[in-house]
Amino acid sequence: MQFLSFFFNLLEPLFKLGQRWLGTSRLGWLFVGPNLLVFGLFTFLPILINLVYAITGGVNLMPVQRPYTGAENFQILFECQDYFDLATCRKDVFWRAMFNTLKFSVLQVALMVLFSLVTAMVLNRKIIGRGFWRGVFFYPVLLSPVVVALIWKWLLQSQGVFNAGLVALDMPPVEWLTEGGWAFFWTVFVSIWAHMGFYTLILLAGLQAIPSDLYEAAQMDRASPLRTLTRITLPLLMPNLIVVLVLAAIRAVQVFDEVFVLTGGGPGSATTFIVQFIYQTGFAEQIHLYGLAAAASLSLAIFLILLTLAQLRLTRASQAGQKVK
Amino acid sequence: MKALRFLTLTRGRQRLHWTDVLSYAYLLAGLFVMFAPVLWLVMSSFKTESAIGQFPPSFLPYSQKTVVVQGHDKPLPLFRVAGEGGQTRVLAQVSRIGIMATMVDPAQPDQTVQVNIRERVPVNELKFATSNYTDLFGKFTFGAYLWNSVFITVVATLLTLLFNSMAAFALSKYQFRGQKAVFLLIIATLMIPPTIILVPVFLVINSVSLLNSLWGVILPAVATPTGVFLLRQYMLTIPDELIEAARMDHASEWRIYWRIVLPLSAPALAVLAIFSVMWRWNDFLLPLIVLSKSEFFTLQLALNSFQGELNTQWHYLLAMTVITLLPVTLVFAFLQRYITTGIASAGVK
Repeated sequence: MQFLSFFFNLLEPLFKLGQRWLGTSRLGWLFVGPNLLVFGLFTFLPILINLVYAITGGVNLMPVQRPYTGAENFQILFECQDYFDLATCRKDVFWRAMFNTLKFSVLQVALMVLFSLVTAMVLNRKIIGRGFWRGVFFYPVLLSPVVVALIWKWLLQSQGVFNAGLVALDMPPVEWLTEGGWAFFWTVFVSIWAHMGFYTLILLAGLQAIPSDLYEAAQMDRASPLRTLTRITLPLLMPNLIVVLVLAAIRAVQVFDEVFVLTGGGPGSATTFIVQFIYQTGFAEQIHLYGLAAAASLSLAIFLILLTLAQLRLTRASQAGQKVK
Repeated sequence: MKALRFLTLTRGRQRLHWTDVLSYAYLLAGLFVMFAPVLWLVMSSFKTESAIGQFPPSFLPYSQKTVVVQGHDKPLPLFRVAGEGGQTRVLAQVSRIGIMATMVDPAQPDQTVQVNIRERVPVNELKFATSNYTDLFGKFTFGAYLWNSVFITVVATLLTLLFNSMAAFALSKYQFRGQKAVFLLIIATLMIPPTIILVPVFLVINSVSLLNSLWGVILPAVATPTGVFLLRQYMLTIPDELIEAARMDHASEWRIYWRIVLPLSAPALAVLAIFSVMWRWNDFLLPLIVLSKSEFFTLQLALNSFQGELNTQWHYLLAMTVITLLPVTLVFAFLQRYITTGIASAGVK
């Protein structure tokens, strides 16, 4: 505590000086200064540089030393001789990563919303120890992606508990993480396991905000449970559902660390997703192709902007719908 | 239809309705799915190197009993051997060639017996191999990884609290030109996922020569839009009269900030501190590109590089994983309510 006040007293002369020069209200700039500096250096500046990278080639890191190549990076990424045969594309891994990401996102988001909705509805009932149960589903959210991946890798390895179960049931063991289909299934499962609690929490907050007299009125009118769900619960939960849908989608598109540790993108490129492609082209391979990685990032960014715009549209539509009702 | 009724019912009954039974069944299943994998990991981390390779695996850390026999330097593994006449004897194995094992009775060290390996069963005992944990600090540079992680987490969290609260103070308690623009700019960065600007962030960190430095992981992360937003919303609820009164008493603006506004924002600061600790402790992608030399590895990076090696030493890797998840688990156990309400109110992770 003493150290803390010493530290803060140390900074006081600086701000007193600022106060004398800038005046009280403009002193705000001094207070936001450090934050803006960090944002500028590590967020805004990189956004600009990313554009430069995307239209330049070569292996140099410094933007001024990179030759201008125009749209070549995008051509490398997107050009195919025959668009119905991925093998003829110049970067077929990129296409595979895109398709994998799309497949993963659609599956994962749908299942994520379903499971967190069911869980939130169960938690919203009158149950003993709601705080405890809420915590149970939330716990994995706090674990680091690496830890999550290692937990499941240990269970799914060829000598792991899942195969022990199969052998005990007289079934042949399965290579869960090195057979394409299964590896993909487990990436979806593990990411839902790890993040479900977060979305459950948002939906639960929404459910608890629905006034209970609406349900009482529905009961008086002998509304069927299906009607209660589709006419009361879901419409009133819609804002939260949209938030969950969009947040989950934005995160799903950017899936990386868990999968990277769990399967390493394999077998082959069965679980290689777009961020891993960016990481590998830019940093992991022998020749660091920064331009190509930046071009891929930019494509991802455009995709995410579209998602966000879709969210705005959806929110507005649902708000308008509610006003009409 | 029945499932729907179960899901839509919100009011409890006096007696236990069958939908209540279903609810608790669902919750218990959830408890199992969420915690059993972690529990399995923790139990496995106490297994010895030989026990961890056994198939089928056991839940409890059993390992083969060994005994020191006169005339042999190393402790010998014990087996239960079915002898003639139906009685079983406990013998120690000296060596094994093919399917025949040379065994010795620990009571009579001079006489060796030839036993077919199919006729023997290992004698197991429950033993927690705590050496998996203690070895980490002796055999590996695990202490360094732990230190790197702790250093990054603590310093980044302190700086995050300082920078973000200063910005939040300016954005909630002052009116200056461009204030709105600044606020919007900061909130807009919420929309920019760090993965998209990976390459240029690497360039910036490189050109301020912070590659392979812990500060290269700390500094880019200390300005969080979430933190500014959270603190600003909280500080807006602090009455301006308090600040006016302090100005009357000729307190400097800096003093108002840290003597009045900061202490009053303690609840929001606590939530942000918890978030920040979680973010920095679990961070992976940024350290992965910034820290490439193993002496600067954080725990997460060490775990990742360790599991990628050809002969994964699972008994050490599991112990390392348990140590990595321990702090987060403790934070969760004690501060669960703050975390969940914080997330529910801010809608961010």
